[in-house]
Amino acid sequence: MGAEKMMRNDKMSNKVRNLLLALLVLLPSAALSGPSGQALAFTCAGCHGTDGSSVGPSSPSIAAMDPDVFIDAMEAYKRDQRNATIMNRIAKGYSDEQIKAMAWFFAKQELRLHAQKTDQQLAELGEKLHHSHCEKCHEEGGRPSDSGTLAGQWMPYLDYSMQDFIDGRRPYPRKMKRKVDAAIKELGEQAVPALIHYYGSQH
Amino acid sequence: MNKFNRRDFIRMGGGLTLASSSLLFPTLALANSPRVVIVGGGVGGSTAAKYLRKLNPNLKVTLIEGKKEYTSCFMSNEVLSGDRTIDSITFDYAGLKRHGVEIVIDRVTAIEPTNKQVATVDSGTFDYDACVVSPGVDFKWEAIEGYDAEVAETIPHAWFAGPQTVTLRRQIESMPEGGRVIIVAPPNPYKCPPGPYERAAQIAMYCKHHKPRAKILILDPKDAFSKQGLFRQGWSQLYGFGTENAMIEWVGAAGGGTVEELDPSTRTLQAEIEEFTADVINIIPPQKAGKVAFASDLVEGDWCPVNKRTFESKRHPDVYVLGDASSAAKMPKSAYAANSQAKVAAAAIVAKFNGADPGDPTFVNTCYSILGEAHGISVAAVYTLDEATNTILPIKGAGGLSPMDASAEQRKREVSFAHSWFKNVINDMLG
Repeated sequence: MGAEKMMRNDKMSNKVRNLLLALLVLLPSAALSGPSGQALAFTCAGCHGTDGSSVGPSSPSIAAMDPDVFIDAMEAYKRDQRNATIMNRIAKGYSDEQIKAMAWFFAKQELRLHAQKTDQQLAELGEKLHHSHCEKCHEEGGRPSDSGTLAGQWMPYLDYSMQDFIDGRRPYPRKMKRKVDAAIKELGEQAVPALIHYYGSQH
Repeated sequence: MNKFNRRDFIRMGGGLTLASSSLLFPTLALANSPRVVIVGGGVGGSTAAKYLRKLNPNLKVTLIEGKKEYTSCFMSNEVLSGDRTIDSITFDYAGLKRHGVEIVIDRVTAIEPTNKQVATVDSGTFDYDACVVSPGVDFKWEAIEGYDAEVAETIPHAWFAGPQTVTLRRQIESMPEGGRVIIVAPPNPYKCPPGPYERAAQIAMYCKHHKPRAKILILDPKDAFSKQGLFRQGWSQLYGFGTENAMIEWVGAAGGGTVEELDPSTRTLQAEIEEFTADVINIIPPQKAGKVAFASDLVEGDWCPVNKRTFESKRHPDVYVLGDASSAAKMPKSAYAANSQAKVAAAAIVAKFNGADPGDPTFVNTCYSILGEAHGISVAAVYTLDEATNTILPIKGAGGLSPMDASAEQRKREVSFAHSWFKNVINDMLG
């Protein structure tokens, strides 16, 4: 019987599982020398908000971000593989271990979202598009997952990201391209703004 | 089936960490908690207050500040262009109160490190276990003959945002079409290194639309300045810099840009080589640490030496000096730097109360300048401590400037990220 399966069995072992999980969560920072994950993550707040919840208008929130998404993004910035204004310059200041430590810190933070001005009609169109083309990867309307955070994300950032995907300034996953192309085929030029307004309307 | 994915893993882990820490460390009686007194409610002081309470909610934290409201110097150049109002950069301390910080509006006369007390004008003295001092800068009024605090009411420095920012804005609005503005830039080091040059661009941004024949001249006692290449490129693209019709002109030290004297009655500046007159003059005087740092024996030369692992004063134990007043080479005197230093100091203070080591510090600076409605530039650095030389060094291969010749789209994005920087720094210190 695998440990995970065993831990699912009854209430008693649930406690054991929770304890193990908590210890696992603590591990990466405990094993780190140099500045703590918390100390490193605190330096991000001036642009990405206290504990990673940005108050906008365009720097993305990074709280509750999936750690792998965080690590992939930082590595892409570090290697100049993703269009950036400033993050490519900042990401180069951190080792892989430090990036991992920050990833775990932000993964543990609660994402606090703020209302944004959205066009309701456009958001409704976007919701339909999302459910037919995007929900499979960006589950629960794009809540934080291993496909990133879309729901409630700052709209200018979503807009910049989509421009960069479409104009070839950011590696465009083939599957995503097919889905976005299909959405554009369905709704034309309004498709991407509609999706952005849908994500922006969630908070 | 009870599907268990990574998200649950994180949620449960996070929740449990919180729950277990409150079980292990039950709330201590506040009466026995260490007390931190913070002098100055700018970026350094406010951030320290918030993060001290965040790191240890049992600490008693008192912040003493002379003004009821905080007006940020960052983004105050945008008031000169009319892009923002002074109200949009003015904030109260309600957010810090919600974090359990006691706010005292009064002037601090001095910190007495031997008694571990802070003395105020009207509110008596405050005992501390640790004192954070973040007084910002003061001016060396003696540097430019004829210029003093009183003259500055009509020939403003506007280097502390507030009434003088509004005065300068009004003077620019009411100067004649084809009028001339002179900005007198300060020598290094001073707070906000790119500030005078962004200021020229923001004034030009207004004049371009409302007084297209106006001229803005920068007289500078330096031969080089922050983000110089990017400023020159932006000024050229937007305001004809370097052409016969340039709206912005710059005279450095070699060209006689050092100003020695002001005649306020004729608005004439005596510089090293020639005299200059203008319709509007803005003098940014040379700078040193704020008054309270001098009154409290925290200064060597013009600035306050600190141990850069903790920002504890090298002159007095348990006193921590942050931000512009500290000697924090090689970090610039910027809002982001003060914000970053405050978190290092807060963590060090909390560690010391717990009898723990302060840990290794880490710092970041990011600084944006807005040259036009859709033209932003930035500089960034990630820093690490070099213990041997007590120097905060930028990590090689990281940081640096926005690229030259960037696309219009990239420059536009930097404006929106500059606005995000502003909102998030304010929220991180006061929200």
